[in-house]
Amino acid sequence: MSSTIISLPDQTTARLPRKSYLNQEYGLKSWLLTGDHKRIAILYLISITFFFIIGGILAGLIRMELLTPAADLMATDTYNKVFSMHGIIMIFLFLVPSVPATIGNFLIPLMVGARDLAFPKINLLSWYLYVIGGIFILAAMVLGGVDTGWTFTTPLSTHYLNTHVVTAAMGIFIAGFASIFTGLNFIVTVHRMRCPGMTWFRLPLFVWGHYATSIIMILGTPVLAITLVLVAMERLFDIGVFDPTKGGDPLLFQHLFWFYSHPAVYIMILPGMAVISEVISTFSRKRVFGYTAVAFSSVAIAVFGFLVWEHHMFIMGVSQYSALVFSLLTMLVAVPSAIKIFNWAMTMYQGSITFETPMLYAFGFFGLFTIGGLTGVFLATMGMDIHLTETYFVVAHFHFVMVGGMLMAYLAGIHFWWPKMTGRMYPEAISKLAAVVTFIGFIVTFFPQFLLGYLGMPRRYAAYPADFQVLNVFSTAGASILGIGYLLPLFYLPWSLIYGKIAGDNPWQATGLEWQIQSPPLTENFVEIPIMDHEAYDYEWLANKTQHEVQTVG
Amino acid sequence: MDLHNETVEHNRAEHAGEMHIVRPPVYLGIFFALLVLTALTTGMSYVDLGVFNAVIALAIACFKASLVVLFFMHIHYSSRLLKMTVGAGLFTFMLLISLTMTDYISRAWGRF
Repeated sequence: MSSTIISLPDQTTARLPRKSYLNQEYGLKSWLLTGDHKRIAILYLISITFFFIIGGILAGLIRMELLTPAADLMATDTYNKVFSMHGIIMIFLFLVPSVPATIGNFLIPLMVGARDLAFPKINLLSWYLYVIGGIFILAAMVLGGVDTGWTFTTPLSTHYLNTHVVTAAMGIFIAGFASIFTGLNFIVTVHRMRCPGMTWFRLPLFVWGHYATSIIMILGTPVLAITLVLVAMERLFDIGVFDPTKGGDPLLFQHLFWFYSHPAVYIMILPGMAVISEVISTFSRKRVFGYTAVAFSSVAIAVFGFLVWEHHMFIMGVSQYSALVFSLLTMLVAVPSAIKIFNWAMTMYQGSITFETPMLYAFGFFGLFTIGGLTGVFLATMGMDIHLTETYFVVAHFHFVMVGGMLMAYLAGIHFWWPKMTGRMYPEAISKLAAVVTFIGFIVTFFPQFLLGYLGMPRRYAAYPADFQVLNVFSTAGASILGIGYLLPLFYLPWSLIYGKIAGDNPWQATGLEWQIQSPPLTENFVEIPIMDHEAYDYEWLANKTQHEVQTVG
Repeated sequence: MDLHNETVEHNRAEHAGEMHIVRPPVYLGIFFALLVLTALTTGMSYVDLGVFNAVIALAIACFKASLVVLFFMHIHYSSRLLKMTVGAGLFTFMLLISLTMTDYISRAWGRF
């Protein structure tokens, strides 16, 4: 129960290592043809940041349009394209790869004590597929956009629209394989490349979270891929799968699409939870309370995630008996999520908590994810759902989970492992400010949307009754605060690459294997493959090790 | 160090298990079985069995797919972990079909 008091190391004596993965080789080619999981993680980091900026600008445009009740900033069909592209880019090109492909790619081998992922070339291929998929989606946007919404609803997408549906669908199809390859790599690495002594229940919870995510990536993504191929084939060759005029069934599309896209929500949140487990433990100086329960709850979320998709379809004319079953199953997902939240709270209980930036982001995650998760239970209740579906309540709900939950966790992770990735510290004061500004901006943006939705404002409309304006003005004002919160790291993180304080090997005094090696790590990660002789999050072990460590100078 | 050696030994043993060499007669046998089953599918399509035409065609197709997975893809000779991996895919597919069917079969209940 008790926490171990550990004093943070003196960073004035820290020196950058002479050799690391960053200076092993130089030149563009050494990056573009690398097999090093750490360099691929950096490539992913740069590309997802690029797409996040584009998606963010589109979000800004949506909020600008909704500042006034009339559709006056852009034409209504342009508005349809803007929110569709915002959804497609943010989900498929940012949220799905956000933590796994960047932080996960960087850390999984380090955490299990391996020199790289199991298939380095497939890992690189994954990045190339992601970029090609991204180019397709950008092309769809530049050539005139897609206005189906990110959900590609049929027969709207297959029959009625004359926009770049096929190009965007192909982009998602290709980017989907990037995600499958990442999942495959993680699963094989966790099974086959753990260092001696690293049993399943000594793995950091970060690895458990990513393992669960990988299961969904591999089992779910092919269904989305084939569904989008069917959409493309129906558009191009008029086969009647989804279009009722040709003998198809539009609800079949919804079943197939949400069979992936609901579990995809867990692809987006599980890695975030994985980050939070590490951050909470480190800044409470305590082993994660209920380690086994937290580990299994990740797998439980991955499995339950496949059993609930029909709750997206309650008002679409599905069988009411079937809807009852799915309503019940949906509420069951709240159980493993609550297990995590309660265990994290218990981890902090009697811990020696400090409030560094990653911890502030983690606190943001707690509050926002809990609100997002609990409003999900509202929506799972069929009676409420009929009133709230397709309103801003749903928009607020999934933004609380995806942005409030995942993006907070992503930023917590980026700040937490920034010293390991770059060897330098981010500036503490301004990053704390960014964490607080993000939290405030987020609440002001999305909380009014719960009210708007409850009052009946539908989503995906450019115009709304004048009564709703006050809350919409709040939301847009909040979005500009949120924008500042996201812009700050975009400036100070690159700044810290040159001017940041040198971090040293283990600036947080965390217990993971990744913190026991130099920062930034060598290309081979470990000089000698480590032997795991203690439990995960064993701060006693770390305190003893630090005490007996021989300090070499020079 | 012992621990390390044990793991290496363990990995080598598992690795050896994966390197099962399948003799050409097995491949040829499966190949001809697939051809015969294809002919059977074609033949059955000429017999009018009502709804059972589709049932039989799908059953034969499933059987052929199993042959391919088990022998051409070596799952028959693979470790239990790999068998379970394939099983997980099938299980997910069954989830997709069965839970979707909960909607389709009960959609018209109470309307007659």
